Parts: sequence; structure tokens; C-alpha cells
Amino acid sequence: MSPADLLGGAILVALILYVLLAGADFGGGVWDLLASGPRKREQRALVEHAIGPIWEANHVWLILVVVLLFTGFPAAFAGISIALFVPLVLLLFGIVLRGAAFTFRTYDRQEDGVQARWGLLFSGSSVLAPLVLGVVVGAVASGRLRVSAQGAEPFAWLAPFPLAVGLLAVALFAYLAAAYLAVEAAGSLREDFRRRATGAGVAVLVTAGLAALLARDQAPLVFEGLTRRWWSAPLLATTAAAAGGAFAALSRGRVHVARAAAVIQATLIVAGWGAAQHPYLVVPDLTLASASAPRGVLVALLWALAAGGALLFPALYLLFRVFKGERPFSVLDRGLNGPSTPPSERPPSS
Amino acid sequence: MDDLLAARALFGMSLAFHIVFAAVGVAMPLFMVLAEWRWRRTGSEVHLELARRWAKGTTILFAVGAVSGTVISFELGLLWPRFMAFAGPIIGMPFSLEGFAFFAEAIFLGIYLYGWGRVPPRLHLASGAVVAASGALSAFFVTLANAWMNKPAGFQLFAGGATAIQPFDAMFPPGWAHEVIHVLISCYAATGFAVAGIHAWFLLREPGSAFHRAALRIALGVGAAAALLQPLSGDFSARQVAAEQPLKLAALEGQFRTERGAPLRLGGVPDPERRETRFAIEIPYGLSLLAFHDPGAEVKGLEAFPREQWPNVRNVHLAFQVMVGLGTLLASVSAVALYLGIRRRAAPPWFLRLVVVAAPAGFLALEAGWLVTEWGRQPWSVWGVLRTAESVTPVGHLAVPLALFMLLFAFLAVITAALLWRQIVPRRSG
Repeated sequence: MSPADLLGGAILVALILYVLLAGADFGGGVWDLLASGPRKREQRALVEHAIGPIWEANHVWLILVVVLLFTGFPAAFAGISIALFVPLVLLLFGIVLRGAAFTFRTYDRQEDGVQARWGLLFSGSSVLAPLVLGVVVGAVASGRLRVSAQGAEPFAWLAPFPLAVGLLAVALFAYLAAAYLAVEAAGSLREDFRRRATGAGVAVLVTAGLAALLARDQAPLVFEGLTRRWWSAPLLATTAAAAGGAFAALSRGRVHVARAAAVIQATLIVAGWGAAQHPYLVVPDLTLASASAPRGVLVALLWALAAGGALLFPALYLLFRVFKGERPFSVLDRGLNGPSTPPSERPPSS
Repeated sequence: MDDLLAARALFGMSLAFHIVFAAVGVAMPLFMVLAEWRWRRTGSEVHLELARRWAKGTTILFAVGAVSGTVISFELGLLWPRFMAFAGPIIGMPFSLEGFAFFAEAIFLGIYLYGWGRVPPRLHLASGAVVAASGALSAFFVTLANAWMNKPAGFQLFAGGATAIQPFDAMFPPGWAHEVIHVLISCYAATGFAVAGIHAWFLLREPGSAFHRAALRIALGVGAAAALLQPLSGDFSARQVAAEQPLKLAALEGQFRTERGAPLRLGGVPDPERRETRFAIEIPYGLSLLAFHDPGAEVKGLEAFPREQWPNVRNVHLAFQVMVGLGTLLASVSAVALYLGIRRRAAPPWFLRLVVVAAPAGFLALEAGWLVTEWGRQPWSVWGVLRTAESVTPVGHLAVPLALFMLLFAFLAVITAALLWRQIVPRRSG
């Protein structure tokens, strides 16, 4: 394995962690937008309680992806920035407004009108950001982007396949969020998110199916990955098993198992995309090898990553241990009503 | 609007906005930790209230800083893809390490802000200390990348690209130390005076408030110490700039001719056409003395360099005068604070008024200083290697994102200011 492959793998891992962690934070915003029924207020309070202490740390995975990309694969960073200028600007607006509105809502007047306005901005931008992020990924994988120093066609990304991937991202993030929130909620609130997770799981299947159909003509490399590589069948089978397991666990109220299955499912979807377009970084013009920085830079960067990771992961564990209970990543359901923290707690009383 | 100008305006605006929050993110956690530490040691409830209230302000400022920093990391590619294609691998090391520092900041800030009463006291205080340290570390790494742009090192040019890249040589280019020290001190001075100014204003209205007195002591204590150190660091900077970036020094000082025993100019307007700086108060031998610690030393003037490599001398000189002038003001106020502190006298009203007036000076000086280093490097984005005009994106119509981000930043600035105000005003305590 070359250093470029290793670094490409590290970027993919960072992206997967971004999806699993920050993705669920955006998904929380989706459920804020779609809050309904008699427990509307409690649903929103649970979302706020769940993401408050962790969203900023989760967000850093994206910064890490950006930095690793421009250090290790500068040509790809430059090419993507030029060809996807418009969606990336939209992504920034989504990210900025989501984070700002979330914080502003907590510290602004607790009147309903004020809170509702911030809530709308928070949840609206929580839909926008994953949508454009998916479009960016879809465009990179599709082979529609032609990278050159002279510039690029500004709207090459505006096509059915990237848009379908955008919808898939929204559905997937909402699915992850509901699966996590079902664990963190209790009683009838848990019931709400259990049903939402099931619904979002169906949306993931539908949007993934749509993207796969469109891939046949519009993203040949992705389609090949789904159908014709040696790992295609095992990957599809495992992903399907995870999805089936999640549905079964959700219907039986085994929320910890469902959460683990949803995590496996999302991981395999993102990893499958990475495997399908390997060794391309931007299909069809840039590969890991052709876009790579000199070998010495990659080796130094990999060592820095290893050292940083050795400090980072224990700290991250501490964060989740403090805010997500004794066994933050538990996959077992001990009794039907597991421990959970009350959703009513807010940051230091305001 | 010319796309290059729009790109520069957008990037400059984004940084000018972010730099305020970044500086607050470096210094504010230190204040909060000092307040909490004092509470834990003495049981003073006022300090607990102070730590909590400062922590709230920090949450708002940190969130806006985190998202505006994200804008910048993307804009590096969106606006300057050719710069990043060239420089990314060379300066990626400090940026990568900064990524981990940012992780530490975000993780432990989460634990600090939401962990009151949830984590053991020592872990809580330690989390705050990690936030303070990793904030400073972030600034350290990012400034290293800027130092490299001013004095590129650690690579060789080959056919328009970089080869033989030595990431750790590039991370510590000549002159890195002065820039890093100067930037870090400026964060504490600017934030210290801004916070002290707010509490001084309340102390003028409620002279007996133990809360605001405690706040003033911490903020002004740190701010004044930093502002008194800054002239020393400035002297160190001037000598390193004189040695490593003589063209920038000449622009800073409005020095057109190469001469021995060059004077120091206070104020004045450089006129690049007539090649002289007019209306300045000149202190004989001052520049030679300050830059080389030798009154007879030769200072290279702008004329020693080709005209097309000059930065905008007028802007650079004026920004430099603003920075030095405001820095001097802050150092003077700090000297008074030190005197009052030594005499153990409570701050009299005239001094509180002085602190209120000086409150914005630190951030203005910080912005001016940043303009000095950026304008002073033009027309290069990587000095002597890559011109700014060659770095810009081929994407057109950049006036559109410029206008959109202007609106976004204005919106964020107004709301942030209003919410911070709300945190301070409604529950004034004694």
C-alpha cells in the first residue's frame, strides 16, 4: 500500500466519522424541522440537549478532511474548489447558519416567536448542508467534473445523480439522528424517534435505490462498484443485512442494536462509495497517485495523524462518556428501558 | 468589479471577521479558568458567577469563530486554488496540527461549558485549562503558516512547482518566532482590554460592584501584562523584519532612500510618485537605532527594490502607524494600571474612563497589524515565489459571493453583539 493509498484511506475514515457524528447533528436539525404531534416541544428539546455539547467537536472532522486533502492531494483540492465553487459556497452558508442559529437560539429570549425564528433557520440550514454535501460527493463520483487550471463549467454538478446523492445524504443523516435519539430518549419520546428512524430508514432505501438507478448512466464507476467488482456482492449483502437488522431491532424496541446496525449501514454506504471510485479522487481526471503531494510530505503527514489520533480518540471518548452515559457506544439493550438522561436539562441555566 | 480585487476583499473580510473571534478564543478561556480557579481556592461566589457568565459569552463567540473559521478553510481553495495547489503540501503540516488543536479546543470546551456539576471539579478546571492551552496552540500553528508566506522556506522550486519539500523546515521559516510571539501577545492584550472596558463601564455606574471589580482585575491584569510585553516583542519583530524582509520594513517606515542613520517617522503620508514621506515627525537616527540597535546602521529603502515589487506603501505605512500608536496607548494605560496595582489603590473613576476609551484599541491594533503583514507582502501571496494575481481562482463573478458573505458576516456581527449585550445587561449583580 502506498502512502497515497493510506492517506486516501485516512480521509475516507475522517469522512465516515463526519457522517456518523456531524451527520447525525444535521439530522437532529431535520427532526427539529419535522417535529410534530403532542410531544413536539419535547422532541426539539431532546435534539438540542443531544447535540449541544458535541456538535462543535463533531464538526472538526470536516476541517480535518479539508486540511488532509489540500496537504496530501493539492491538485484535487484545487480542482474540486474550482469545479464545485457554487455548491461549496452553499455548503458554507448551511454550515455557518446551522451553527450560528443553534447557538443564538439557546442564548436569545425564550419567547416562542423568537425561538421559532431561530429554530426555522437552524433546521432549514440543517437540511441545506447535507443536501449540498451529497451533491458535492455525487458530482465528484459521477465523472461529470473536468478538472483543469483554466476553469470549469460552473454548473456541471447540477444533474440528477448528484441531486439523488444529496437526497440520500439528507435521509441518511436523519436516519442516524433518529436512531441515536431513540437511544437517548425515554418512554413515549423514544417511541416517537423509533418510528421516525423506521420512516427515515425507508427513505434511505428509496433514495439509495434512486441513486443506484441513476448511477447506471450517470456515474458508471459507482454502478460498476455496485454490480461488477469482486466485493460488490458481499458489500451489498452486508449493507442489506445491516438495514434489515436495523428495521427488525427498531420494530422490537431494541434501540441499542438498531443504533449499531444503522451505524454499520451508513459506514458501508460511505466506504462503498470510496471503494467504488478508488483509485480516483475526482473521476475521471485525478487519481490518488496523480493528485498526490511528494512522498515525503505524505509520510510526515501520516505520522502527524497517528500522533494526533493517539491524543484525539481518548479525548473524544471522554466527551461522549460525559454526555452520552456510562457506555456511550453500547450495542446491547439491557432491559427494555435502558438508562437515559432527562431531555429537559439545558446548558448552565440562562 | 475586478475578480482579483473581489477575491482579496472577500478573503480579507472573512479574516478580519474571524480574527476577532480567534483572538477571543485564545484569551477568554484563560480568563474563565482564572475566575473558576479563584472561586475554587477562596470560595468567592463572585468568581463563580464570573466564570459562568464569561463561559456563556465564550460559547457564543466560539461558535461564531468555529463556523467563520470553516469559511476560511474552504475559501483557501475557493478563492486561491493555485496558491493552495502550490503551497498546500508545504504548509499543510502546521494546518494539520492545528486541526488537532482545534479538536482539543472543541472537545474540552464542550466538557467545560456543559459539564458544570456533571464532571468532577478538577476535571472541569483542567478542561478549561486544556481549552486555553489548545486555543493558544491553534493560533501558534496558523501563524506559522503565515510566517512561511512572508518568508518561504523548506522547498525548492522546479518547473513552477515545489520539490524537495521539508515539512518541518517549512513549518519554522526564518522569522517565525517574532510573528508567533507578537500574535499571541496581541490576543491577550486585545481581549483583555475589550473585556476590561466593558466591566469598567459597569463599575462607573455601580462603583461598589464586587462582581465587576473581580472581572476588571482578571481581564486588566492579563491585558496589561500583555500590553506591556508587546513593545518588547515589537522591537524583536522590527529587527527580524529588518533582517529578513527589508522591503517590508522600508514600506512600514515609509523609507524611500537607502541611508545610514535613517530617521524614525511618526505619522506622515508616503508619496510613491515623489518618493518621499511627507508630514511625518522625524526622530533622527531613530529607525537605524530601532531596527539594528545602531544609530549609524544602513537601512535599505524602497528604491533598492524594483518598483513593481513594492506593496501599497501608503496603506502599509498608515496601518503600521495605527498599530504602533494604539499599542503605545495600551502600554501607557497598562503602566498606570501597574502603578495603581503596586500602590494597592482601587481604580479611580478617571482611570476607569481611560480603560473604557482604550477598550476597542487592542482589536483595532490587532486588525491594523494583520493588515500590515498582509498588505506589506503584496504583490506576493508567497513572497518572491507566487504572486497574488497568479493565485486567484479562474471562477468568475466573484462579486456575487462577496456580496452574499458581506451580508452573512454583517448578520452574524449584529446578532452576536446583541446577544452578548443581553448576557451582560439584564442581570447586573453586585
